[in-house]
Amino acid sequence: MFKKVAVFGLFLALVPTVAFSDWQLNLNRGVTDTSIAVYDLHMLVLYICVAISVVVFGVMFWSIYHHRKSKGFESHEFHDSTALEILWTIVPTIILIVILFPATKALINSYDTEESDIDIQITGYQWKWRYKYIGEDLDFFSVLTTPTDEIRNKSEKNENYLLEVDKPLVVPINKKIRFLLTSNDVIHAWWVPDLAVKKDAIPGFINEDWTRINEVGIYRGQCAELCGKDHGFMPIVVKAVTQEDYVIWLAEQKALKEIEAAASQADWSMEALLVKGEGVYIKNCAACHQPNGMGIPPVFPAIKGSPIALGPIGTHLATVFEGRPGTAMAGFGEQLSSVDIAAVITYQRNAWGNEVGDMLSPTDVDKLKGGE
Amino acid sequence: MQLGRPAPLLFICAMMFGFGFLLVPLYTVFCEWAGINGKTAGAYQQTQEAIVVEDREVKVQFVGNHNANLSWPFKPNQAQVKVQIGVQNQVKFTVVNPTSRSVVAQAVPSVAPSEAAPFLHKIECFCFRQQPLLAGEVKEMPLVFFLDAKLPAHIKKITLSYTLFDVTPAI
Amino acid sequence: MSTQAADIDHGDHDHGPAKGITRWLYSTNHKDIGTMYLIFSLVMLFIGGSMAFVIRAELFQPGLQLIEPEFFNQMITMHGLIMVFGAVMPAFVGLANWMIPMMIGAPDMALPRLNNLSFWILPFAFALMMSTLFMDGGGPNFGWTFYAPLSTTYAPPSVTFFIFAIHLLGASSIMGAINVIVTIMNMRAPGMTYFKMPMFCWTWLITAFLLIAVMPVLAGVVTMMLMDIHFATAFFDAGGGGDPVLFQHVFWFFGHPEVYIMILPSFGVVSQVIPTFSRKKLFGYHSMVYAIIAIAVLSFVVWAHHMFTVGMPFVGELFFMYTTMLIAIPTGVKIFNWISTMFRGSMTFETPMLYSIGFVVLFTIGGLSGIMLALAPVDMVYQDTYFVVAHFHYVLVPGAIFGIFAAVYYWLPKWTGKMYDEGLAKLHFWVSFIGLNLTFFPMHFVGLAGMPRRIPDYPLQFADFNMIVSIGAFMFGTSQLIFVYVLIKTLRKGEPAEQLPWEGAEGLEWTLPTPAPYHSFPTPPTVE
Repeated sequence: MFKKVAVFGLFLALVPTVAFSDWQLNLNRGVTDTSIAVYDLHMLVLYICVAISVVVFGVMFWSIYHHRKSKGFESHEFHDSTALEILWTIVPTIILIVILFPATKALINSYDTEESDIDIQITGYQWKWRYKYIGEDLDFFSVLTTPTDEIRNKSEKNENYLLEVDKPLVVPINKKIRFLLTSNDVIHAWWVPDLAVKKDAIPGFINEDWTRINEVGIYRGQCAELCGKDHGFMPIVVKAVTQEDYVIWLAEQKALKEIEAAASQADWSMEALLVKGEGVYIKNCAACHQPNGMGIPPVFPAIKGSPIALGPIGTHLATVFEGRPGTAMAGFGEQLSSVDIAAVITYQRNAWGNEVGDMLSPTDVDKLKGGE
Repeated sequence: MQLGRPAPLLFICAMMFGFGFLLVPLYTVFCEWAGINGKTAGAYQQTQEAIVVEDREVKVQFVGNHNANLSWPFKPNQAQVKVQIGVQNQVKFTVVNPTSRSVVAQAVPSVAPSEAAPFLHKIECFCFRQQPLLAGEVKEMPLVFFLDAKLPAHIKKITLSYTLFDVTPAI
Repeated sequence: MSTQAADIDHGDHDHGPAKGITRWLYSTNHKDIGTMYLIFSLVMLFIGGSMAFVIRAELFQPGLQLIEPEFFNQMITMHGLIMVFGAVMPAFVGLANWMIPMMIGAPDMALPRLNNLSFWILPFAFALMMSTLFMDGGGPNFGWTFYAPLSTTYAPPSVTFFIFAIHLLGASSIMGAINVIVTIMNMRAPGMTYFKMPMFCWTWLITAFLLIAVMPVLAGVVTMMLMDIHFATAFFDAGGGGDPVLFQHVFWFFGHPEVYIMILPSFGVVSQVIPTFSRKKLFGYHSMVYAIIAIAVLSFVVWAHHMFTVGMPFVGELFFMYTTMLIAIPTGVKIFNWISTMFRGSMTFETPMLYSIGFVVLFTIGGLSGIMLALAPVDMVYQDTYFVVAHFHYVLVPGAIFGIFAAVYYWLPKWTGKMYDEGLAKLHFWVSFIGLNLTFFPMHFVGLAGMPRRIPDYPLQFADFNMIVSIGAFMFGTSQLIFVYVLIKTLRKGEPAEQLPWEGAEGLEWTLPTPAPYHSFPTPPTVE
């Protein structure tokens, strides 16, 4: 006995426990009625499966123990029994029916059609999420904020490693929220375990799902459908707040938008654009084109020394704004503010040995954005 | 039948290869019928007068998206309208080509809930045709539709989404 | 089942194998081709396994240490493709080649030249597929399920080579399947009726029909991809009127029968091995056959349970949930039959039996998690997590791979004329068994806790279990070197095997001399 404990202790000592690691074994119960129903159904089926395996393996190992040649057990003529065959067809059928009742009920509930209070369109992009509050003039991208240094093991990983974004999806509790999911490029899947919501975002088509959150809190999830290189780096953060806080937040966002619009009218020096541009680049471009501008050719070409970055600024702007159809290059026209676009283009033209020396003014980008 | 010969087995293979392709039209028909993926049928051929249900209103939301290959402003002129069953409605979407490149775009419709898709009839829609968009052009594109009286009673809100794709033929 | 032709005269007809390399290149002999298939699949097992090593090494700790996400995606894709099409399926075809003629009393396969062709396509197909890893833009990086548009519009340029490789693999499998069907339907010994056939032949017959039904569909779907990529069609491109979800429907119409293709022959092997070492006839032979047929038929109407989160109408989800649950019934019948075969037998536990028992236990665990996954509302949470990864590895690794090991150890004495080292073989089993469970059991936990599959890096709360999984994977992978050593040792200095190495074994294959002669039954034996 003591030996066993010692061995187990040694085993534990050998496993370097990473901080925050929590040995979670089971589903979260979650914070919505759906997630609780799913959890209960999961537990029910789990117990049934455990019971089945105890019985089945029990019989088998009992037989293995007793019906051995080494114990002198002789084999019996026991190789056909219609009664038994019928029995073990009917009993599983009954068990399945027992499972199917609550499963069907849970499925019916998940297709709830009651009218929603808030509609949010979720669009998957390689590799970020975009949230558009329908009926509110509010629309933003949500991008991973975990620093590259943490991913590359150059600095210690924080508690929410890979599960943190710049702008979370903010929603009120106790309201029916309807999600409309689609994608800009490939198939993604929007998944937040605590809400028990997982739905594919499919380019060209729109999918529907809903939730009603019972508790205030921050709920984190990840993209669940392989969507290319940075599939593992496009998390989802949902911040559930009270209705009052939600209203305040909405007002704040609208105010911010106005400030942003004003910023593009301001006078920007090249130095200021370069500083800002580096940050924008790291956040939006470096995943593919790499922090050193070398890219991963041929899918993700280098910007350092590229004909576009060294060529006419109009072409450069068009490339960043519209993207490159038929390639992995997405258009950033909607995603970034005019200032950000101007800054990142200025940066790309004057970094890593690119020495064009010119700059793009945010007002030039505004002209292109004119349609909005 | 002499199944145990290579020829009939190869024939089965050929049939199944064809079946794989047959799944494509079958799927399309099935989707339009069942509204899978929110697929809508093409232009609606009105055979009889639409039934108007006076006391039933449904909210119809409009959403404009675009594919990665065409990131331009594309929006409905109004985000939501209240629609009476059976009454024709017109809405418009506006698209802007802010670039110096002329393209051909195709809008792909999709309806949520998908259950409602077979009951949303489009009389006229910019999605029926490919839309040439000249450089710098701002275009208003119309949509005329009505809702069928057979729309399931529990549906009170429908979202009609269009995704704009660049389908400019390669030169 | 007994036979009158225990002693066969080989004098006149027996011409031995050709000399040198031509023996293998031009071979039309079912045993030589079977051997080549088995060796090929062993090589593939190690290549696919080393990719799993790369994956698990990267996932050993959170953070990116060894490889880039881009390469990680290529590794998971190639690991899946190689294990499915390179390791498991060729191993089963190899076993079919070796055993079916010997079990039904035939001299060889019915179509020996086709047999040669179907094998020799494989090395070229895999050379083509693996060469993509060295191309500009890298190899396939879209997962073995290659969902459009990630595999079409957004794929690396090498995808065309991948498509051709799949075409070749499909052609090879179809030829193999046709050969099996024609052999079984025409070349059974007199008196060998369908319902006297050994269970392995039955499972392979059904598998072969599944293969010729679904491999052409796979060929169809990759052809559509090819046309989308190069000929401006729009099967899967919404912009041109296509639908990416259609891809998934067609793919899984192939894909679900495919997973039964990878398990049914194992059912057959286990149904041979368990009666032998229980010294008892197989329990419920007829119900076993009907169960396989039921599983095969049902496998065509359950495909969309892989797509519960894709946004199906309520009725669709309900239908696929119910049909999927139905599969549990015939599968249960098979498991109960195996256990009843053991029940009141006189059991011994040589390595093939250990692998078969391992198969029954672990496959049952995989089957039970399958029932959980079949429930559409809960699958919304399980879908695309490590819970799914745990489930299908529990079904495929103990299912297919343990079945193959059981078969190899069981028939190796008959093939080589030599006994393997029982002690080492048991060591191989136990290390594999522990390693396997250490690898795949904790995956259930991280999956339930919320870890998505196919990610190269993960949040910190999954760290400890991932480390255990990686340790288990290294153990399981390394233990296969024992297997290679056992094989080499058997060939080099194995004790000569008796004609009937296993006390309880029955069937025509054991009536042949040991090692089995180059041509099995020049004159057909008669089965009573």
